[in-house]
Amino acid sequence: MIETLYVIFVSILKTALYFGILLLHVAYATYAERKVIGHIQLRLGPMVVGPHGILQPIADVVKLIFKEDIIPSNVDKRVFAIAPIISLTAALSTFAVIPVDKNFVISDMSVGLLYVLGIAGVGTYGIIFGGWASNSKYAFLGGLRSAAQMISYEVALAMSLVGVVLMAESFNLSEIVNKQNELWYGMFLFPQILGYFVFIVAALAETNRLPFDLPEAETELVAGYFVEYSGIRFSFYYLAEYLAMFSMSALAAICFWGGWTAPPVLIKIFPILSLIPGIVWFLLKVYFHIFLFFWLRGTLPRYRYDQLMAIGWKVLIPLALFNIVITSLIKYYQ
Amino acid sequence: MGPGDFLRDKYLPVLIVIVISLLIGFSLIIISSFVRPKRPYTLKLTPYECGVPSAGDTWNRFNIKFYIVAIVFVIFDVETVFLYPWALVYNKIGFYALLEMYLFIFVLLIGYIYALGKNIFNWERD
Repeated sequence: MIETLYVIFVSILKTALYFGILLLHVAYATYAERKVIGHIQLRLGPMVVGPHGILQPIADVVKLIFKEDIIPSNVDKRVFAIAPIISLTAALSTFAVIPVDKNFVISDMSVGLLYVLGIAGVGTYGIIFGGWASNSKYAFLGGLRSAAQMISYEVALAMSLVGVVLMAESFNLSEIVNKQNELWYGMFLFPQILGYFVFIVAALAETNRLPFDLPEAETELVAGYFVEYSGIRFSFYYLAEYLAMFSMSALAAICFWGGWTAPPVLIKIFPILSLIPGIVWFLLKVYFHIFLFFWLRGTLPRYRYDQLMAIGWKVLIPLALFNIVITSLIKYYQ
Repeated sequence: MGPGDFLRDKYLPVLIVIVISLLIGFSLIIISSFVRPKRPYTLKLTPYECGVPSAGDTWNRFNIKFYIVAIVFVIFDVETVFLYPWALVYNKIGFYALLEMYLFIFVLLIGYIYALGKNIFNWERD
């Protein structure tokens, strides 16, 4: 009994610390995105609130809390109210199993990878419910498109990670990182380059980011599934999108880039690098991927819907299957 | 760690995280309800349709293709469900695991080619 209370106490403390830092990062990721996109398009981005607009995220949070929460008259009220919370909860609770450093993880669960994929799937419900309950044509189309897109790319996403599981022989994310550190180059990126490619493309589609942001294509659907949302509930969808971006980047860093470890060969050449704490390596890898998301958004035009489905089903899934076949063959002859 | 401790040490924290995530959502809505204005009127509460009055109901029939994609998704998702435990124990079983999974993937490939032939993944009007 006393042990149970201890576990509860420690996990609440850990969660508070983890989420506090995480939400700060997410708030500043919105700022970073506007800055990066601004500079790609030869603009300055936010410049008004604080020096170089550094306080912009705080101003945004305050604004969103004080905004009126409009619930249109024809909506399915209960579903409409609950849908953003489902999205946010799914996006936040993904981080329960993501290790940021050696021994810093809220739950070092043995099926961590499955948990992440499963919970990421729950987020789709928030989007479908929101799109359906709004009783608005744009939201409805956005929700439908999003449902088809997310389930299509979920298959590719899950299959691209089978190669990693084959090599690591574990679902535990910490174990996957440790396994990579046994290789001299310290990451599964090189043997699993095909899987990594499929993973990144599928992650872009899963998080509804450009060039796959069909569910919220603003030039045709205004804002897609959250047209009718405003104020705090709108901010939940916004937050969920950025959180999903972070969890996908963290998953890429853990499964393909060696998580919080530095490549052993690098440490052998420059022993001084071993002084850098693990979390710095981890954040470097995560922010590389976050930057990649922004960079692609600033560079690529949006795909058409039929192109999107064709890429998912005709390119990514065969590629992922091919990767599994090749990996298992090489593994057998080793 | 004893055999009965996994639930407490590994899964209870996950439950706590989920509960805290839910609480963050609900508490933000409650906090916001104290400070936000509420001034509804009929025009504000109509669904957005670029300014013109909304025409017809939204909860209507929609393209069958969405259903078909969902059905194909179920098949492929089940395949992934089988692939994961296979990948985990692959090294312990060896040749049989390789052979059986290739047979499994081959059978699925036949279904996949059938779906391709039926133009399920072509989204244009046919």
